[in-house]
Amino acid sequence: MSSSKKLDIIRMVLAIAIALGISFLIIVLTSKEPVVAIVKLLTGPLTSKRSFANVIEAMIPLIFTGTGVCIMFSAKQTNLAGEGAFHLGGLVAAVVALKLVLPAGLSPVVALICAAAAGALFTAIPAVMKIKTGSPVLVSSLLINYLALYFGNYILNYVIRDPSSGTASYPIPDAASLPVLVSGTRVHAGIIIALAVAVCGYLFLYKTKLGYELRLTGQNEAFAQYSGISIVKVILVSQLIGGCVAGLGGGVELLSPIYARFTWASLLGYGWDAIIICTLSKKNPLYTPLAAFFLAYLRTGASIMARSTDVTLEIIQITQGIIILLVVAEQFLSGYRQKMIAKEAKAALKEQEASLT
Amino acid sequence: MMQTIISADFINAILRAATPILFAALASAIAQKSGIVNMALEGIMLFAALFGVIFTALTGNFWLGFLLTIITGGFIGLVLAFFILDLKTDAILAAIAINLIATGATVLILLAYSGERGASSSVSSIAAPQVILPVLDKLPVVGKVISGQNLLTYVALAAVVVVHLFLYKTPLGLKIRSVGENKDAAESVGISSKKVQYIALVISGVLASFGGFFLSGGYMNMFTKDMTAGRGFIALAASAMGGNTPIGGFLVSLLFGTAQALANVMQMFSGIPYELIQMLPYLTSLVGLGIYSYSKMRKAMKLENRS
Repeated sequence: MSSSKKLDIIRMVLAIAIALGISFLIIVLTSKEPVVAIVKLLTGPLTSKRSFANVIEAMIPLIFTGTGVCIMFSAKQTNLAGEGAFHLGGLVAAVVALKLVLPAGLSPVVALICAAAAGALFTAIPAVMKIKTGSPVLVSSLLINYLALYFGNYILNYVIRDPSSGTASYPIPDAASLPVLVSGTRVHAGIIIALAVAVCGYLFLYKTKLGYELRLTGQNEAFAQYSGISIVKVILVSQLIGGCVAGLGGGVELLSPIYARFTWASLLGYGWDAIIICTLSKKNPLYTPLAAFFLAYLRTGASIMARSTDVTLEIIQITQGIIILLVVAEQFLSGYRQKMIAKEAKAALKEQEASLT
Repeated sequence: MMQTIISADFINAILRAATPILFAALASAIAQKSGIVNMALEGIMLFAALFGVIFTALTGNFWLGFLLTIITGGFIGLVLAFFILDLKTDAILAAIAINLIATGATVLILLAYSGERGASSSVSSIAAPQVILPVLDKLPVVGKVISGQNLLTYVALAAVVVVHLFLYKTPLGLKIRSVGENKDAAESVGISSKKVQYIALVISGVLASFGGFFLSGGYMNMFTKDMTAGRGFIALAASAMGGNTPIGGFLVSLLFGTAQALANVMQMFSGIPYELIQMLPYLTSLVGLGIYSYSKMRKAMKLENRS
């Protein structure tokens, strides 16, 4: 393992340790039963089959949006519309599942394809605006998320609402739902799709010419342009694919056994979570399942903690924020890196001298 | 419906909706002028909305509570600057982290302070007062618009002028703009770009906290969970649409305020579903952003062709 990779891992572990340390401190300061709370947070997910299954379930949407963001951020397209694409994906999957009568087996496939297409078209809006008008992707993508939310609310209330159920759609028919894989839990076929998406995302970014062009543009746009790469193509393709994956994730989540109906009246936040997944996996989709497992484990632990002690769930948002800050801070541990590089250089020099004499 | 629109109340509604956006847009303008995108506006406003409530309740004094709140806002700006400038963190990711921490920490702090989840209804905070301007309030029709606004609305309008003068007429403003324009050129004439960007982000934090304070002590009289509701992001758009100038930001904030006020009126009078009306402010911002960016791009292309 190269020293820079080793250092990356050390930094990440240390960042997570510091973030957890600060969170524990907050728990100790605010809770009446800090030890119970911390134990529940750390070991809660391991105490029962159902709790551990919850971790796996929670991983699935994170892998999708995380992979989507990895692809967009690799091309340095700071498109934050993954949030809206996920929402729209869920909405479209619900509408297709409810309105199109298709044979079992085919129904979820069609619904998911439509969800992915909707997500792709959605995140392409900021991309097209960037190409045609020069609008900053960051700003336009932040704004369109709200359009996705309110449009979703409109469809929910006026097109698919079940009058007997408050604000929820008609129940998603069984024929359109994704099958459960492990009986007694809600771990569903979505995990297979999610893992496949992560692997495909990796293959695309690191093993294809187009993926290489995306990454090169992300690293140095001017250089990419001089080497004859079409920047317009990179802007469009990266965001189409990113949104497609996020939309697919929304569809998978909605058709999973976790949701019996479309009930999303607010944005769920998976688009923002994707950014921490992308940070932890260093923009490599292959590592998104690991990062998603970590985050899902932490969240499941936190919700077990919140249910049985006086500590609130929101503490985990603080932990996440600190992890992002420390992992992304380039100068964090830079003194240590300097020493390590110096040590390696010295060792190499000595070796050289030894071989000369 | 037309009658409601052509009334003093409607203009008041515009100003109320525009005030927090305007503060945040000014905050964004200063950061942008120094060359940094401050996406943490959302989180800073949320923190300020909570601390405004807590500090005015704790001190029992509006001015002291307000002062402490904006100091906190400046401090968060300082933390953001430290991560971006000293620890070389990506500005967007650092801001996202701060926003995330704000979402969690505000709920946690409120719970620890008052035992309430999500809304500070039991905290007796002090809101910014309404200001009645003597004589002017007696004027027919316009009196109701010129006078009787929230104190912070007047402050926001004054801040447009102050920030404009600051950026374009003071030595520090010139330094901020030159660092944002070309960091290396500024460095070459002896300006410490790091120091200037630090200052810009702290000012940006202070201005954003004005907006956050207004949300819980003016727009509403308490803090509620996630009450910023994307206003920091809208302000980012407003500022971008206004060319990151104070005057431009002001005009776009008014446009946004109008869209918001119009949405509220339409909800009562038109048969259009509320969900679609809610899209109006965001759609207006998005279209406006497109038009502005397009005209800017055209201008740049023309200049290029000429040379």
